[in-house]
Amino acid sequence: MKFVVIQFPGSNCDQDCYRVVGQVLRQDVRYAWHKDTHIEPDEAIIIPGGFSYGDYLRTGSIARFSPIMESVIEAAKSGQPVIGICNGFQILCEAGLLPGALVRNRDLHFICENRLLRVETDQTRFTMTYDQGAEVRLPIAHGDGCYTADSKILADLEENSQIVFRYIDHYGKASQKGNPNGSMNNIAGICNLEGNVLGMMPHPERASEKLLGNIDGRGIFESLIRSVC
Amino acid sequence: MIKAKVTVMPKASVLDPQGEAVRKAIHGLGMECVSSARIGKSIELEIQGTDLSKTRQQLEEISYNLLSNPVIEDYKIELGLVED
Repeated sequence: MKFVVIQFPGSNCDQDCYRVVGQVLRQDVRYAWHKDTHIEPDEAIIIPGGFSYGDYLRTGSIARFSPIMESVIEAAKSGQPVIGICNGFQILCEAGLLPGALVRNRDLHFICENRLLRVETDQTRFTMTYDQGAEVRLPIAHGDGCYTADSKILADLEENSQIVFRYIDHYGKASQKGNPNGSMNNIAGICNLEGNVLGMMPHPERASEKLLGNIDGRGIFESLIRSVC
Repeated sequence: MIKAKVTVMPKASVLDPQGEAVRKAIHGLGMECVSSARIGKSIELEIQGTDLSKTRQQLEEISYNLLSNPVIEDYKIELGLVED
């Protein structure tokens, strides 16, 4: 499978994503600079984490208007897979490819730690190698990860099984204790209705190599690769 | 020249933990009658030209698309003519 990792000024997880799909999973991968406009029709797009444009104004708000995003929006609308991780999730929400928004963490702190998540559905091209309800441990590293949406959007997300990952506690419950940042309905990741755009705050690319002590995130990239086989 | 000020505030329905922390700090300073504090942004623009209605129309678009996120924020535009 072919991957393209988008680089904005301030992206800082681009090389991690590139390494995981290129060297760990042996796929074809390239970078695209934010001023590029070309995306191949058979490429899966990764929008990595970081602080694009310094997070000025709002997280993701300026990246959303960079030249490459027009092509990303077009590709997403034609059904190409897109994964936005952390800042990438924020950009996808700003671009209107995913509903809702990510705002300041409930307790105002930047949080950098491992968190437990539940894979809420194995019926997406990003989670098909996981068991439904599987519990995974992934690192989070964000200051603005509190998922916010109105009640209508939340009801739609629940009803259409668009909530892909939820924060849980050590008892497996999506409780307030298990919720690091105040996200509504403990949302850690969602997909669009068509199922080709995934946004998530946790970092699967930081948990995809045995050497780093955790491979719980690798399944997301492996699912995507398997989905085109 | 036109001077404009766009004020962007979190919607009433959106939690504003920053405002809440500031409200508590104000209480800590002894002003306990403050029942709410909300924090937004103020963006000041200087604009070439004198056409107020066209400028307002353009600013509406910019405010909706870029300066605010309508999912979580409301905005208010104030503008007027000033001497160059």
